[in-house]
Amino acid sequence: MLKIENVNIKDIQNEIIDEFSMFDDWMQRYEYMIELGKSLPLIDDQYKTEDNIIKGCQSKVWVHAEMKDGKIIFTADSDAIITKGIIAILIRVFSNQQPKDIIEADTSFIDEIGLKEHLSPTRANGLVSMIKQIKMYALAYQTQLN
Amino acid sequence: MKSTNQHITFKVDKIRKDFPILSRKVNGKPLVYFDNAATSQTPQVVIDAIVNYYSNYNANIHRGVHTLSQEATDAYEQARQKIQKHFNAQHSHEIIFTSGTTHAINLVANGFSSLLKKDDEIIVSALEHHSNIVPWQMLCEQTGAILKVIPMNQEGELIISAYDKLLSENTKLVFVNHISNALGTINPIEEIIKKAHDVNAAVLVDGAQACPHLKPDVQALDVDFYVASAHKMCGPTGIGMLYGKSTWLNKLPPYQGGGEMIEEVTFEKTTYADLPYKFEAGTPNICGGIAFGVAIDYLNSIGFDAIASYENELLNYATQNLLEIEGLKIYGTSPNKTSVISFNIEGIHPYDIGTIVDKLGIAVRTGHHCAQPIMDFYEIPGTVRASFSFYNTKEEIDALVYAVKKAKTMLL
Repeated sequence: MLKIENVNIKDIQNEIIDEFSMFDDWMQRYEYMIELGKSLPLIDDQYKTEDNIIKGCQSKVWVHAEMKDGKIIFTADSDAIITKGIIAILIRVFSNQQPKDIIEADTSFIDEIGLKEHLSPTRANGLVSMIKQIKMYALAYQTQLN
Repeated sequence: MKSTNQHITFKVDKIRKDFPILSRKVNGKPLVYFDNAATSQTPQVVIDAIVNYYSNYNANIHRGVHTLSQEATDAYEQARQKIQKHFNAQHSHEIIFTSGTTHAINLVANGFSSLLKKDDEIIVSALEHHSNIVPWQMLCEQTGAILKVIPMNQEGELIISAYDKLLSENTKLVFVNHISNALGTINPIEEIIKKAHDVNAAVLVDGAQACPHLKPDVQALDVDFYVASAHKMCGPTGIGMLYGKSTWLNKLPPYQGGGEMIEEVTFEKTTYADLPYKFEAGTPNICGGIAFGVAIDYLNSIGFDAIASYENELLNYATQNLLEIEGLKIYGTSPNKTSVISFNIEGIHPYDIGTIVDKLGIAVRTGHHCAQPIMDFYEIPGTVRASFSFYNTKEEIDALVYAVKKAKTMLL
């Protein structure tokens, strides 16, 4: 799991935008995402349950959340590698953050790195529902804190 | 394999000029459109018919005495006659305009809700699209009828010996697609219909995937109901048709209430209009119906024999070349199949292949193709489906093969 200490969501997003700006074309961007998708063990097998599954028409996504020291740790996975690559990026942004920051965060950085199409609600790959789910978890944990 | 002369006699370059969309680019690459089983592209003559309708004679039909209404009515009813002729129905009132295949199936399913009783049986095939499963499940819940399924084999063909065993005097309706949308298998509907009639069951055939490739003769088939969608036949979306033998259509109650479908209304009683209007409540898709007729004329001007022969050539060429890619497996390997190739590459998710291939300008479909039971049968999450039409070329298939190889290199 990536360790990111005390870095806020906006800074991570800008960091990702910087990284992606180095790529010349879509193929390099996709090769990078595929690399991310392949290299990261994203979720413990015990959490790949029916309860944690988001069924898209195209690919499946699993999301698990737990609270640690006031921050939410997200782990997730997908059966499709490109979806998994995008999950890796989303986890890097949203995991290990405080619930209120997650609730307030937006995902417009995805447009800037040229991956907008993957977050289209009609794409049915489970990613839009995954972000919704992340926000729901944040809302639930925030309510607990209050 | 047909000779390459076929390619020359079939003037694909000329045909491609009929389709304005084929000259556009996607992601900077020339569009290669291989999602024809989802929807076909639209030739200029059909686009012109739509523009002409709205530019010159847009009016509500059947109830106006003014000129525009008369012109629109004439054109709409002429379209019905074209469809009747195309499918060789005995009467034009046996052609009901619907919004598409799904609507037509629901219309029949709804009609049967008043004819079925507990423990009656409906037989469907394992090769069905979701829209062909759900209405019957709903009907069974409503009536207490039982749904039975004709199983399929590894090649993606229906097992007819199993069908024989399912048939009984309890069978009231058999429902099967003419061609499978997910695999392209052409089902032996003549045999299925004949055997169903032996036990006095009615047969509804979903021709959505068949009608772009062949010309069904509903009288020769002796089919009770046959449904199709215009948008898979070079026509617009939102229009389709139900053919029903008039004896059956007269037996079924109306599906929706509204204008057009009534003869006389008082608060005590309403009498329904005759066929086909009994099933055409409300203002129909007038322009769509007219354009559907034009699309049928267009397909016939090319000729279904020529279409089938050329598409078969494309299918063989694509099958041979795709199979040269190591690890590529084709689902649906019946010798009786249309120009659809459903495939996967070992170790790669279909969504990933579809995404990369799209980046290279090629439109294929990925996913379960609304046919989850078939995917469950093969124990796969889905497939990549390339479906070819008569306006596609071998050069485009070369581009697909290149793109799939590229995707494989990137993803494995």
